[in-house]
Amino acid sequence: MLKKAALTAISLVMISGGAYADRISGAGASFPAPLYYDWAYDYHKATGNEVNYQSIGSGGGIKQVSARIVDFGASDKPLKPKKLDKKRLYQFPAVIGSIVVVYNLPEVKDMELKLENKDIADIFLGKIKYWDDKAIAEDNPGIKLPHKKITVIHRSDGSGTTFNFSYFLSHVSQDWANQVGVGKALDWPVGIGGKGNEGISNLLKQTPYSIGYVEYAYKRKNNFKAATIQTKSGKWVKPVEENFKAAAKYASWKPQNHFYQILVLQPGESSYPIVAGTFILLPREKTETNKKVVSFFDWAFKNGDESAKRLGYIPLPKETKDMIKDYWKEIGIEPK
Amino acid sequence: MQKIVDKSFEYLSKLSAILVLIVLVTIFWVLFEEAKPAIEAFGIDFLTNSKWAPNLEIFGGAPAIFGSVVSTFLAMIIATPIAIGIAIFLTEIAFEKLKTPIGTAIEMLAAIPSIIYGMWGLFYFAPIIREWFGGNGLGLLTAGIVLSIMILPFMAAITRDSMNTTPDILKESAYALGATKWDVIKDVVIPYAKAGIIGSIILALGRAIGETMAVTFVMGNVHKIPDSIVNAATSIPVTLANEFTEADGDLYYASLFYLALILFVISFVVIATAKFYFLRKVRKEI
Repeated sequence: MLKKAALTAISLVMISGGAYADRISGAGASFPAPLYYDWAYDYHKATGNEVNYQSIGSGGGIKQVSARIVDFGASDKPLKPKKLDKKRLYQFPAVIGSIVVVYNLPEVKDMELKLENKDIADIFLGKIKYWDDKAIAEDNPGIKLPHKKITVIHRSDGSGTTFNFSYFLSHVSQDWANQVGVGKALDWPVGIGGKGNEGISNLLKQTPYSIGYVEYAYKRKNNFKAATIQTKSGKWVKPVEENFKAAAKYASWKPQNHFYQILVLQPGESSYPIVAGTFILLPREKTETNKKVVSFFDWAFKNGDESAKRLGYIPLPKETKDMIKDYWKEIGIEPK
Repeated sequence: MQKIVDKSFEYLSKLSAILVLIVLVTIFWVLFEEAKPAIEAFGIDFLTNSKWAPNLEIFGGAPAIFGSVVSTFLAMIIATPIAIGIAIFLTEIAFEKLKTPIGTAIEMLAAIPSIIYGMWGLFYFAPIIREWFGGNGLGLLTAGIVLSIMILPFMAAITRDSMNTTPDILKESAYALGATKWDVIKDVVIPYAKAGIIGSIILALGRAIGETMAVTFVMGNVHKIPDSIVNAATSIPVTLANEFTEADGDLYYASLFYLALILFVISFVVIATAKFYFLRKVRKEI
């Protein structure tokens, strides 16, 4: 009885509290979803405002915000300014993530395996078939590589992660660019498909001698082994946070083109080559709800860096954040 | 007064029946309308083209159609004899004491949600297939076996029930004429239960061809016609589950609807043929 009364009291407080608070809804990319949930939780605790985010994939996010079903959309693939004009959307980045090449090789330790960028493309093209192929063995003289067939694991659903990964492969391998190309869903030459970062993780865990690509947060969560790969200029670079950050420094996002820029293959001595921004899309005509949405992101930019780092993402550099604030001011949706 | 109630009840029940028809036609119409851009772009070649490259806007449905048909076929050839075997055992051979626990176990198997079969298939069954047959462990064969286990209880239960309806007097007469147990099963029970057996096969077929979650886990999800049944493939429901939410671009979206339309037509044709052809024949014989 007492318990019931307490529950009623709690729900009453929640309902009455909710009446005065802002409530916004968003949908889209799964890649930053864990972080948005975290931010939304803390934001609710701090301000009482509610953010409801559905992780349905970038394509779904673009679709839903274009149809004005949700207050904001989220996409790992930035939209070109022309497309934004057509769909009447605003766009700005929210956080940066990285994509790592993960492998299930019982004999090899984390980050021990070195893969040339070109060889990654050849593995995913099916040209390199065995782990002890000369191309791989050359770069790994200290490791005894097994003579086992490589099982490629890729995404079976459309995905912003695939978009950024295939963008990377297209720029390091002419063959990849010609045969497969860039996109959120591809005609994969070899391998098996898993749905979502989670699907890849499950397949990788239970398939010995496999290789795949996941968002860094999933690598950490599952204790996967990730390959050391190459910077744009060909230097070895480990998949660790300081190298992701080094790459993020080169982001030259500009408000003039709604921050359209793909971050893959940035220059620099220690820039990890596959980092990706993830973006927020707003409907242009909804000034009032847009103000509520940017209030959330303004709060997250001020208070959310710690959670971002803890979850394996890279917070936006301060200059970018300032630029985004100016962008909001310019389009007339300053946070409250 | 009584008359009005009777009349309105008649109309209401008529309406319910017509509603089913309306739903069926509307679903077909929606699928067709949404698939139109793809039908216009690819025409009938969609059925034979095996390249699926969303980034290049090339769509061919052959791998998905192939995967659906072959995985279902595999499931049926594995499940049908076993289901009939189980039913025969339960109705004719097993002791009274064994019948209930085994029968209950089979019914419980039918109550397991399909996603659990998928998870079990991925984590425990796929490695076994990989050991025994080679390949990645994910592919048509794994999907076919997981599907067969999924539809097995269903088929066994219906077959058992229809075998149970065989009148004892028929069986006893056969025994009296000197028939062995095998003769009775072959010449009395199975012919008598034929309609039920075929009905169970049709229902199971309908379930297998549209199954999504369990198969998504173990199919390998690759748009290729595999050169061996241990290799990864895809099926129509699997493609839809994987790609629908992320499909941007009108042609991509329409192609998925085109696949859905094909699945609709395949299941419709299979079930309609089975129903009109086999069942009618069976009824005539009886």
